[in-house]
Amino acid sequence: MKRIGVFVCHCGTNIAATVDVKAVAEALGHEPGVVISQDYQYMCSESGQNLVKNAIKEHNLTGVVVCSCSPRMHENTFRKAAASAGLNPYLVEIANIREQCSWIHKDIASATEKAIILGKAAVAKVHLNSPLTAGESPVVKRALVIGGGIAGIQTALDIAEAGFDVDIVEKNPTIGGKMAQIDKTFPTLDCAACILTPKMVEASQNEHITIHSFSEVADVKGFVGNFTVKIKKKARFVDETKCTGCGLCTEKCPMKKVPNEFNMGLDNRTAIYIPFAQAVPKVATIDPNYCMMLQKGKCGICSSVCSVGAIDYKQEDKIIEQQYGAIIVATGFNPIKLDKYDEFAYNQCPDVVTSLELERLMNAAGPNGGTLLRPSDKTHPHKIVFVQCVGSRCDDSKGKPYCSKICCMYTAKHAMLIREKYPDTDVYVFYIDVRTPGKNFDEFYRRAVEQYNVHYIKGMVGKVTPRSDGKIDVQASDLLANEQLHIDADMVVLAAAIEPDKTARPLATMLTTQMDTNDFFTEAHPKLRPVESATAGIFLSGACQGPKDIPETVAQASAAAAKAIGLLVKNSITCNPCVAHSDELMCNGCSSCEKVCPYGAITYIDKEFRMPDRTTAIRRVASVNPAVCQGCGACTVACPSGAMDLNGFSNSQIMSEVDAICK
Amino acid sequence: MQVNDNKDFQPLIVAFCCNWCSYAGADLSGTNRLNYPTNVKIIRVPCSCRVNPMFILRAFQRGADGVILCGCHPGDCHYTSGNYFTRRRMTLLFSMLDFLGIERDRTRVEWVSAAEGAKFAATMNEFTEAVRKLGPNRRLEDLRCRKQ
Amino acid sequence: MQEAMINKAKQLLADGTVDRVIGWKRGEFAYDITPAVFETAEELEKEFVFDDFTAANVSKYLVKESKKEGKILAFLKPCDTYSFNQLTKEHRVVRENVYIVGIPGGPKLDAEKIKAKGITGILGVKNENYTLKIDTVYGEETMPFYEAILDKCATCKSKKHVVYDELIGDEGEVLDSNRFDMVEKLENMTAQERYDFWRGELSKCIRCNACRNVCPACTCEKCVFDNPNSGVENKAPADSFEENMFHIIRAFHVAGRCTDCGECSRVCPQHIPLHLLNRKFIKDINSLYGEYQAGEDTTSRAPLNDYKQDDCETTVVHERGVE
Repeated sequence: MKRIGVFVCHCGTNIAATVDVKAVAEALGHEPGVVISQDYQYMCSESGQNLVKNAIKEHNLTGVVVCSCSPRMHENTFRKAAASAGLNPYLVEIANIREQCSWIHKDIASATEKAIILGKAAVAKVHLNSPLTAGESPVVKRALVIGGGIAGIQTALDIAEAGFDVDIVEKNPTIGGKMAQIDKTFPTLDCAACILTPKMVEASQNEHITIHSFSEVADVKGFVGNFTVKIKKKARFVDETKCTGCGLCTEKCPMKKVPNEFNMGLDNRTAIYIPFAQAVPKVATIDPNYCMMLQKGKCGICSSVCSVGAIDYKQEDKIIEQQYGAIIVATGFNPIKLDKYDEFAYNQCPDVVTSLELERLMNAAGPNGGTLLRPSDKTHPHKIVFVQCVGSRCDDSKGKPYCSKICCMYTAKHAMLIREKYPDTDVYVFYIDVRTPGKNFDEFYRRAVEQYNVHYIKGMVGKVTPRSDGKIDVQASDLLANEQLHIDADMVVLAAAIEPDKTARPLATMLTTQMDTNDFFTEAHPKLRPVESATAGIFLSGACQGPKDIPETVAQASAAAAKAIGLLVKNSITCNPCVAHSDELMCNGCSSCEKVCPYGAITYIDKEFRMPDRTTAIRRVASVNPAVCQGCGACTVACPSGAMDLNGFSNSQIMSEVDAICK
Repeated sequence: MQVNDNKDFQPLIVAFCCNWCSYAGADLSGTNRLNYPTNVKIIRVPCSCRVNPMFILRAFQRGADGVILCGCHPGDCHYTSGNYFTRRRMTLLFSMLDFLGIERDRTRVEWVSAAEGAKFAATMNEFTEAVRKLGPNRRLEDLRCRKQ
Repeated sequence: MQEAMINKAKQLLADGTVDRVIGWKRGEFAYDITPAVFETAEELEKEFVFDDFTAANVSKYLVKESKKEGKILAFLKPCDTYSFNQLTKEHRVVRENVYIVGIPGGPKLDAEKIKAKGITGILGVKNENYTLKIDTVYGEETMPFYEAILDKCATCKSKKHVVYDELIGDEGEVLDSNRFDMVEKLENMTAQERYDFWRGELSKCIRCNACRNVCPACTCEKCVFDNPNSGVENKAPADSFEENMFHIIRAFHVAGRCTDCGECSRVCPQHIPLHLLNRKFIKDINSLYGEYQAGEDTTSRAPLNDYKQDDCETTVVHERGVE
């Protein structure tokens, strides 16, 4: 027999002024199973809680209903109070008679009537509550960072600093990401390589960090604290453990006409290559699409010049499997492809470049050794036009609807650097508006305008036309002066929008994390949980979550690391006991529940059952992993037989509430 | 459709609210003292996707005159995808009820965020009024459950 | 056809390809042909029937049969293959344990329609150039063939087998059968007219559960209507609500899984057009979420277990003109 205690709170006058609390306590006292029904001024106070605790002990209660404020407010308070009195905390239900009754109604009679009904619904529900115990699940003390750009490196360093092992998976032959390609950084104008490469070296030398370069995540199973990840190490045809990075092979390789992706295809590299001088790991990689040995079976020069015998033409992709407690996504961004922007003549004219290409053109390790020359004829450009928002803040399908955030600042940087180094060069910047929120950002932009005399023109570039004399005709409108402009430029630089890396979408599916319509990872809460994904144990670092500059990326990377460390220091995690569970006797094994589970919490097992006729049968049944299930209940409705139910919000509990309200 | 406005009719409205957005939105409308009729009784569910069509039918069977389901806005679901499933399920269910000749205005889905206390109250006012105009639910009730 | 099927079955039994055969045999009357399992050539010779009354879909039987020891031969009509595929997709049948021989589909005959012409004592039928010659205890009667066919065959969606190991006869095609015409007609009525229509139909329900028991989508280990804890367990149809509740929930449970095989209406002793409820869901799914044919394949995601971020809102129901 149930023994239920009802406790009606006055909340001072917050409830008592509109709801006749004594009448509520009286009415609920007559409900079946209710053995004690009391009212008190402040139920959440120490003495109010003692009232509940004492009643639990004195009346040996099997259930508690508190008619008070919202459960979002004090459910935990009363659950703890119940637990301290020896009652399972999940045998407590709250009837919300403040926010959803006394505060919104004025008429005492009808508000009291409603409060009684809400109380009855809670009593009806608590009749069916069962004691729940939060389970525990162990935490593997190792983290995986996906992506080895500045975000991934920073996250890995911070996690390693805390003493946990961490693996970086990077799809390229070296870590470093986009920052390694950048020349200088705003607003300080310090050299990107100078601040990045020490971090890369630090990562490679840290005893807690393992770098899987030229590798991809192939599969993710498991859940917070216990992910099992398959990592595909792509064949690089060079034994990483033997290669010393001497570079002799790259010098001798006869295939020298491979577009160099590190320099954005502006110059060439060899078929066996080390992406750049400070690459980490500094190991050669053979590009199988160009290597004559791998293509035609003829050559083998690299193998013959390698003094340590690191070349292995027979190397194959290798899958390694590893357990992780936490996963940090740091897949970063890419500039969008500009194929659809014919008006800017990007595909027609080599002197129309993207901003990232300009970074390489200006970089000392770039195709021109740091001297800014036009890609077409290697002459100094004297008039350069920058076009902002190419594909950003776009309402057509060609571009992206969002602001790429970094373009205003890097364009100011480019303009400034060019004016500094080549004072005879005129620089024009066409913008929609200049966005410079950030420490020292607006000052930086103003320096570009005021100190360096960069011509900022509010307006759009309509058409870019390469002329036969090598000049580029830029047709634009100046919105402030309200006039059409023609500029005969030597170079045009397009601030291409940035978009999430293409590998992010399939990765999100593997990780069961959410993405927005632009394929940026969605954070668990836009304000309060910005570095966590909604999937427990998966954290977001850097531009995979949204456009970011370097300081923001590093800040978020460290924040993600802190969150991951917070998880990894635990030996086990407490699970939410209000999770789904399947009645195996009723389960059809139809997979409906698995299809709607956002967390991959449901798996199927073949189980042997004793049948009524004493035979045994093997049936496929669903099994919910309580450590992964977050208790949304999507599966309970997808389940046709009703085998799937949710602790704390069971079918019968909800229906009993419906019945009580509709009685 | 009834011609009179059923001015004195007090409909019984059951509102299923998801814990993370709509229930919090309802709380906020309370905190801001935004009025809506006592006819509305809220049942808390973890996510709108927890609401089985059977619960809605059950409410009608037991004498509810209108049932409204509130959840996070599409894209904002605490569980990432729950309300997308809700939307499909309820669209089909409501379409079926309509097909059976049940008044369309007796059922509704509304997305209410935790910040939309005013929207919650306005929605409840509107919905209650719409159901009031329809009069008592006769087409889906179970006579055995009718109050004596 | 019957001869060819018996021979095929005998051959597959003899060469050990299969251990059992699921087909049909005669019931009490010439027109109640029921599914049956055969284990020997003799049984097949004696009892196996396949004729114009053989409409029953045997795929549901394979839920149990395919889990038994050994392989079973199943003769599946095009419509039955959709059900079979759907069951495979839901892991309800073990595909490897079934050898499927695709056989031509209907149209099959509805004995009730023949009886409605005042023809009783039916002993057998013969289709002669689309005139149905009915042999009865009172002598021979005739009626136009197409007036006697089952409703579900009149709106046949496909003559194509979506799964088989081998075929007897020629393969057909997916048809455009105007099967949603009746749903559309109802949609165009007023709410009151629709209510009256369904009240008239559903109030005939005697809750015999035949629709559920025959439905190849209803294969739950334990049906919610048989489960005292589900809150919707079987009750006598003492009240109009009970039938409403039963049929709405049943239709919803099979929504996105129903292949529109039409068995529910075929077996309803009260002749309630139950398939219209399922078809309403199919029509809605097709128009709102894109064409979807349950059972067409074994891998696609069921529409109710899927979503798009830009799906329509529930208000789409309100936007469909006046009530």
